[in-house]
Amino acid sequence: MNLEITGLRLPLAPFVLAADARLDARITGLFGASGAGKTSLLEAIAGLRRPAAGRIALDGAVLSDAAARVFLQPERRAIGYVPQDDALFPHLSVRQNLCYSHAAGAAPRIAYDHVVAVLDIAGLAGRRVDALSGGERQRVAFGRAVLAAPRLLLLDEPLTGLDPGLKQRVIPYLHTIRDEFGIPMIYVSHNADEIVALCDDVLLLERGRCVRRGAPAELFTADRAPHYVLRPPPPAPDAAAPG
Amino acid sequence: MSLPIWSIAWFTAWVAAAGTLLILPPGIALGWLLARRDWRGKALVETAVALPLVLPPVATGLVLLRLLGRRGFAGRWCEAVFGGGIVFTWRAVVIAAAVMSFPLLVRTARLAFEGVNPRFEQVARTLGAGPWRAFATITLPLAARGLVAGAVLAFARALGEFGATVMVAGFIPGRTATLALSIYHLVQLGRDGDAWTLLAVSAGLAFGALALSEALLRRRPV
Repeated sequence: MNLEITGLRLPLAPFVLAADARLDARITGLFGASGAGKTSLLEAIAGLRRPAAGRIALDGAVLSDAAARVFLQPERRAIGYVPQDDALFPHLSVRQNLCYSHAAGAAPRIAYDHVVAVLDIAGLAGRRVDALSGGERQRVAFGRAVLAAPRLLLLDEPLTGLDPGLKQRVIPYLHTIRDEFGIPMIYVSHNADEIVALCDDVLLLERGRCVRRGAPAELFTADRAPHYVLRPPPPAPDAAAPG
Repeated sequence: MSLPIWSIAWFTAWVAAAGTLLILPPGIALGWLLARRDWRGKALVETAVALPLVLPPVATGLVLLRLLGRRGFAGRWCEAVFGGGIVFTWRAVVIAAAVMSFPLLVRTARLAFEGVNPRFEQVARTLGAGPWRAFATITLPLAARGLVAGAVLAFARALGEFGATVMVAGFIPGRTATLALSIYHLVQLGRDGDAWTLLAVSAGLAFGALALSEALLRRRPV
């Protein structure tokens, strides 16, 4: 996966989101406080927001280019999106949710049986979504996105709202999605522990700007194990200079 | 003279249903546009749509009379296309019912669409559904109860329509006589007993429609 974001500008209420990045890790973390612009950046990548300027390309194919007036609609991007509130369709059964992308006309490229087996949700197929627990809902939401066979999967704080024990049980499923189906992911969170547990590469976002980037070990340090905190930024070169 | 209660009741229910069906497509479309999109002139359209709720119904009727009459734009067009006029016919009764019910349908439709989390549509789009398919399979079913309740409310409003109807359709027994017009006419003639009978029929129809609307709104799960 090679996602190129060039000169992206997206006006948000308190600031303008501006991003330039080339993402090629298997799981990239977008880390930052609430309101830093993480969700808006995901929405721009998914095609749910039209950037005011800039270009986004995935594996060489242009998704949006404001200068060239190119904007691929979300249904033509093959980019999966799992929002914070999972957004399972409440009027459809678990199976209907899972197979929604197949009904949309796409020939299934990833087998239903394989996905439900890997995510341990085969037994939930006939249930109503309001009868699912928090962890089950998230796994169904992951399964629904995976079954659309996306080229890239965007996960927007998908574990928020789950208790710590449940989070620990759900995280391995994301590793399994990465390894079994080879789907690269961008994982948004303001929780350092989740980012360290999942990601190979991390972008730190502050008020719409990408302020730091690196491997989790470079950006985070173990606090009271097993919890992590952000390392203080390295001193600026002129501040370190004597005099 | 015996009172044709059931033919009056049937005609009233029929024109109310026809008026409601007439406004369903534009009412649902406008409700969606008001709930989901920001556009220039939105506040103006909102106000214009609500006007029949606050204007005296006879004033709305006067505007309709001007538009639908032989010298009006819509009246001339109708004569040219269908070879017949609108005013003082059943068509005028249907149009008056439709215009007076439109604001209620639009308001209920708007609320119904606002009650559906837009994230559902967005996720459907990322799963490969185009805008129409996302609307038809996600938004519409989730808003359906509210929309049906709005349609029933519009129907109930149309059942009792009087002021605008009397302006554009007059009271012509057997042609434009609805329950509301007939009650007024009977009271004018001093036939209070017959008027009360029609009132009971009217109340029964309206009660049924409103009870259905309330039941649908209460059952709304999302």
